[in-house]
Amino acid sequence: MATVEEVKKLAMLARIAIAEEDVLKFTNEFDAILAYVGQLETLDLSDSTTDAKPPLRNSMRIDGDPHAPGVYTETLAAQFPDREDDALSVKQIVQHD
Amino acid sequence: MTKPNEMTVSEAARALRARDISVQELWDACVLASHERNQELNAFLEIFEADKAAVAAAQKRIDTEGETAPLLAGIPLAIKDNILIEGKVASAASKMLENYRATYDATVVKKLKEAGALFLGRTNMDEFAMGSSTEHSAYGTTKNPRDTRRVPGGSSGGSAAAVAAHLALAALGSDTGGSIRQPAAHTGIVGLKPTYGSVSRSGLIAMGSSLDQVGPLAKTVEDARLIYEAIAGQDPLDATTIPPGLCPARPMKKPMRIGVPRHLIGEGVDPDIRAAFSATLDALADAGHTLTDIELPMSHHALAAYYVIMPAEVSTNLARLDGIRYGLAQRGDTLLDDYLLSRTSGFGEETRRRILLGTFVLSSGYIDAYYRKADAARAVLRKEYADAFDKVDAIVFPTTPSPAFAFGEKSDPLAMYLEDIFTVTANLTGMPALSVPMGFVERDGASLPVGMHITAPHGAEDTLFSLGAEVEKERRA
Repeated sequence: MATVEEVKKLAMLARIAIAEEDVLKFTNEFDAILAYVGQLETLDLSDSTTDAKPPLRNSMRIDGDPHAPGVYTETLAAQFPDREDDALSVKQIVQHD
Repeated sequence: MTKPNEMTVSEAARALRARDISVQELWDACVLASHERNQELNAFLEIFEADKAAVAAAQKRIDTEGETAPLLAGIPLAIKDNILIEGKVASAASKMLENYRATYDATVVKKLKEAGALFLGRTNMDEFAMGSSTEHSAYGTTKNPRDTRRVPGGSSGGSAAAVAAHLALAALGSDTGGSIRQPAAHTGIVGLKPTYGSVSRSGLIAMGSSLDQVGPLAKTVEDARLIYEAIAGQDPLDATTIPPGLCPARPMKKPMRIGVPRHLIGEGVDPDIRAAFSATLDALADAGHTLTDIELPMSHHALAAYYVIMPAEVSTNLARLDGIRYGLAQRGDTLLDDYLLSRTSGFGEETRRRILLGTFVLSSGYIDAYYRKADAARAVLRKEYADAFDKVDAIVFPTTPSPAFAFGEKSDPLAMYLEDIFTVTANLTGMPALSVPMGFVERDGASLPVGMHITAPHGAEDTLFSLGAEVEKERRA
């Protein structure tokens, strides 16, 4: 069963904040869902013959026919929340002091 | 004459060719109906201005190419808000992408444009296609045109409502666990989830990548087929699309052997839906088809497996939305604060819940108990279906256990998830499936449509169209 601490930890891992007043509700709903999907644990699939995976091959496109440089730059850059000309600007993550 | 917006796609295509109506008249009729009803229904998040050049081009094609012009030329369609149309907002009904403007056309949109189709607007949906009622949209609920006290189903609820209310002639939706078929059943129209890999997802905002497919919602099986054929095909921009001939050819049989998994259709299904289903089976048997009882035992665990695999994929796919490159951007003191603030204020409650669930089932210590077990169960389910298709040509059951429900009725997340109990199997197996109206049931003085769900082997969409058309004919007879 999930605890409030676990839910808070998951939220941090998922880069989401949960308000203190919502944590308990979230944890309870989470528990109900986990109890339901927990039925999978009762299944014995050890002798299933379906483990054999179909032959897979990597699907790579030939890197030919590139588009002309810069044709999409303005359209894409228009979506940047913070930009300096055609550069996407982000917060400094390395401190120099 | 039927009002232009009330026509089916095939009827409108004939009327356009016969010069009974013009493309402009058809467009105007749909736009007028959309503006009249949208305030009440909230089917559209945005109704587009007419693209005059596209209207003129479609008319010109019909005038010059006549009978050889594509049947979709000049046909106004509604597009779910998670499918990109270049230059238009595609928000997936989320605050996160409220101001995101598509920088390119989805392949399905490009194909429809090439066929001369017109786009009426973008339709409401559950946020990021997560939900079964359209109540999880960040922009208000959509009402069911059959009974406005009820939900239209979801997640493609706006597309379903737009078609059922005759605002658009047909629509595109996306289906990860039933998001085309369930709203189609709840609004009395036809919905198709094509074979995994048959339709390109380039330009579809991803939810669960091993499950998602784009497909049509339409007034008739014939219309669903027309749109499916226009959008299907291998696409270099989506490596999961399959080349023609990959699925073993299955010659269409008539009469068909129809498999009925009666062990699934028990107490959990409303009695009057069971009765409508039995009556439809009787009609199919009278028409000469053979009914065969089949067993699909892993179906009982399919929803549990789905609610492990899908959130795992959701948490991965939605990790890209971080407030840095596009979409909602909230700024805090540190880069981590930027992520936290943007994702917390951008995602709605259900989206956050599924991201957390996905993070949980993929985390060290739980991945074996949940994700790998679910994946193994999925493989067993796929094999059960494949084995059943050695004996039968199609498998049928009701699309949903109950008709459309009232707003707020399923406020508990798990109760909402159970809506998908029948439809998720086709996403887990990758097989094509169609929901077609099979009758009506009465609830609180309203007559509510219910659907029959038909599954066929990979690549056997023709079987669905053939059997679906017969169910349709029986209902009209």
